[in-house]
Amino acid sequence: MAFTFAAFCYMLTLVLCASLIFFVIWHIIAFDELGTDFKNPIDQCNPLRARERLRNIERICSLLRKLVLPEYSIHGLFCVMFTCAGEWVTLGLNIPLLFYHLWRYFHRPADGSELLYDPASVMSADILSYYQKESWCKLAFYLVSFFYYLYSMVYTLVSF
Amino acid sequence: MEGLSFQNKQQAEALKQVNLLQERNILPPVPIQNPQSKLSPELRKLNCNPDLFRCTLMNVPQTQALLNKAKLPLGLLLHPFKDLTYLPVITSSTIVRCRTCRTYINPFVSFLDQRRWKCNLCYRVNDVPEEFMYNPLTRSYGEPHKRPEVQAATVEFIASSDYMLRPPQPAVYLFVFDVSHNAVESGYLNICCQSLLENLDKLPGDSRTKIGFITFDSTVHFLNLQEGLSQPQMLIVSEIEDIFIPTPDSLLVNLHESNELIADLLEVLPKMFAGTRETHSALGPALQAALKLMSATGGRMSVFQTQLPSIGVGQLFSREDPNQRSTIKGAQHLGPAIDFYKKFALDCSGQQVAVDLFLLSGQYSDMASLACMSKYSAGSVFYYPSFHHIHNPAQAEKFQKDLQRYLIRKIGFEAVMRIRCTKGLSIHTFHGNFFVRSTDLLSLANINPDSGFAVQMSIEESLADSSVVCFQAALLYTSSNGERRIRVHTLCLPVVNSVADVYTGADVQAITCLLATMAVDRSVSSSLSDARDALVNAVVDSFSAYHSTVSNLQQSVLVVPNSLRLFALYILALLKQQAFKSGPCIGLDERVFAMCKMKTQPLVHLMLMIHPHLYRIDNLSDEGSITVGDKTVPQPHILQLSAEKLSKEGAFLMDCCSVMYLWIGKNCSSSFINNVLGFSNYASIPQNLYQLPELDTALSQRVTSFVSWLRDSRPFLSILYVVKDDAPFKTNFFQRLVEDRTESTLSYYEFLLHIQQLISK
Repeated sequence: MAFTFAAFCYMLTLVLCASLIFFVIWHIIAFDELGTDFKNPIDQCNPLRARERLRNIERICSLLRKLVLPEYSIHGLFCVMFTCAGEWVTLGLNIPLLFYHLWRYFHRPADGSELLYDPASVMSADILSYYQKESWCKLAFYLVSFFYYLYSMVYTLVSF
Repeated sequence: MEGLSFQNKQQAEALKQVNLLQERNILPPVPIQNPQSKLSPELRKLNCNPDLFRCTLMNVPQTQALLNKAKLPLGLLLHPFKDLTYLPVITSSTIVRCRTCRTYINPFVSFLDQRRWKCNLCYRVNDVPEEFMYNPLTRSYGEPHKRPEVQAATVEFIASSDYMLRPPQPAVYLFVFDVSHNAVESGYLNICCQSLLENLDKLPGDSRTKIGFITFDSTVHFLNLQEGLSQPQMLIVSEIEDIFIPTPDSLLVNLHESNELIADLLEVLPKMFAGTRETHSALGPALQAALKLMSATGGRMSVFQTQLPSIGVGQLFSREDPNQRSTIKGAQHLGPAIDFYKKFALDCSGQQVAVDLFLLSGQYSDMASLACMSKYSAGSVFYYPSFHHIHNPAQAEKFQKDLQRYLIRKIGFEAVMRIRCTKGLSIHTFHGNFFVRSTDLLSLANINPDSGFAVQMSIEESLADSSVVCFQAALLYTSSNGERRIRVHTLCLPVVNSVADVYTGADVQAITCLLATMAVDRSVSSSLSDARDALVNAVVDSFSAYHSTVSNLQQSVLVVPNSLRLFALYILALLKQQAFKSGPCIGLDERVFAMCKMKTQPLVHLMLMIHPHLYRIDNLSDEGSITVGDKTVPQPHILQLSAEKLSKEGAFLMDCCSVMYLWIGKNCSSSFINNVLGFSNYASIPQNLYQLPELDTALSQRVTSFVSWLRDSRPFLSILYVVKDDAPFKTNFFQRLVEDRTESTLSYYEFLLHIQQLISK
């Protein structure tokens, strides 16, 4: 049993991957909550509800925004660690997601404050469905990589 | 049988192939009729007016695959609150709606027997309520399909108290005036107060109507209109970092009770700031104060601004580089600079306040950021570049007339709109000024008769088991006299399963307008050149999709179906429009305003803006004229927008919706100049003539009745400019001749060759 740096990396990423999975599940629940307005259609037309609905949307969007940078930085940390540990296969699997995150970060709207999830435009069905698809894909990816890190950790611990 | 063969002939006519490269005269001389769908004549008669509710494809394809094969966008264009001459209003106590999807009963439901009806959107069978069986108009029982709700596609219901959980709000109007030195110099305040004085009793509302005024320069001034005061009192708040309301009430007062005080205020207001030296403008704090004032009730806020906001929160900086105007890179600041105005608009929307912006400035004022305050709060934006009451009298007159229309037009408060479609279709993007509250519900703080909306749809499931699809737009609003009303429009379209039928029903004007709004979104989110390429690709894709359905095509032809023959011309006109032009000398504010108009104008006016109508008016005759009221209005032919249709001996009128140009040729007959313009010869016509005199000659009467008939057909004033052939701004006229070539753009024929080249690649 050799406790190499690679094994240590895998242990750390295993733990942090659990937190990434938690973030993505939070995203999925939040989008579902955004999509459901008040059940009673007559209630939806009530002008007093308009303010509550707007506050709801803004609250959910700001919470989602708080999760974005932690997720991107944790994933960036993974890539850095794998580079240092020399695990090229794992790094190659994570590079596409890194590029995707970089692209999303640099293509945000130019008015400065909103990183993502603009409350004024988030409710249109095509943007909302795009975010939902993105979250499900990421959930699948993080779950698969969780088990992959688990396997790799055991492999590196046992292999020498 | 005769009716059926006429319909078949129309379908065949629409599918006739047109070779664009050989057809010189594709523009018909009369206004374009929208295409006919394949519906039976009875359903077509009941269908919604196309000015109110229109689809880009009048025959809806059965599956998404078929839609992709035709490569045309599928969407709806609505003008739900248009001023109507005939509107059935239903005051019954029960409003019949489907139990699952909550669709209102409409002419396209099917009655299974006398007691049950089947919803046309979700196919659920509902029961007819007992009260519905009695028809109050014909006093008959047992004929629910004869009731007025089921006979008209556009109805208005008066909503019961279930539709309101707070009492309907009164009409509340707040005016926010910029009174910096710049503003007072331009003289808009005079015109504004004059207009308000004249129209104070015509403001829509009832006995509860409230009104208030705020002025601002580097500080914010509140005007106290308390009862018992002999003259209005001004309260100045100079802590603009943390603005507060100085007195709890009497800033928004009842219009009828304080009528004399308000009239006094409006007379005194322009003089109060006559000698001001303040040059700063604290727009942000003034807006925050205004919102605090209106939070309790909601209403309409009208903001008048003449420069960049220079202090306080919401401060903006000049982003336009005058040297960059001539390159396309210069058109990059098309989105907002800060998000203050967007957040402010969202707050307003939550409080049911709509913000209308009047921008009257001579220099760059970052319209891209300021327009956000109207975009999400369902307001409207008005722009008067280089406004000055002396140096620019044409703009001053337009401002005055527009303000009059703005003050007295119908208005609806605290509105929501929902668009429902048959199972299988879904709406994925909305365009217009509103806040999207939910995937199918739009929150509109105010609704006015001059704004249009567009939506894009996709086909989620196959529509194979239905022969028609229906769309219903329901607008729930509070009228200005405190009634909660629901205006419902229903549109019914057939489902087809062949590409040829899809092309037959393509509505080229609706497609062009929908592409224009999509291109505006693309320019803001990615870049202007991307948007231009996307527009060209739209034409190329749809034409090459058509070519692949047609067999044995020769090489050098560009064959399109008759329904799409004007598509390339309209897209070329769109590319040469102010919003998308890549050439020099478009100010950033003008470009952004043109883009705002593309997203909010109803289809009829937008098409006129994109492709103006050109008429020859020096030889107007009475043949083919129509009678409106007691006047005969001549109907000259519409000419193609090319310099070869102009002639030096004639006078031509170009109608671009918000502006009209009357071009006088160099050798125009002096009888025309005498009889219509009132001058002796060509040389004596002044350079900046903008009014036509009403002379006693037959030709003058024909010309003035034609021009005023055109002007009456639109809500806001179209400025008329008389352009001589040697005037400095004749380029404004000539650059709208879209079929011609200029230094940086293609002519129509060259554009067709360019498309053909891209297709054959």
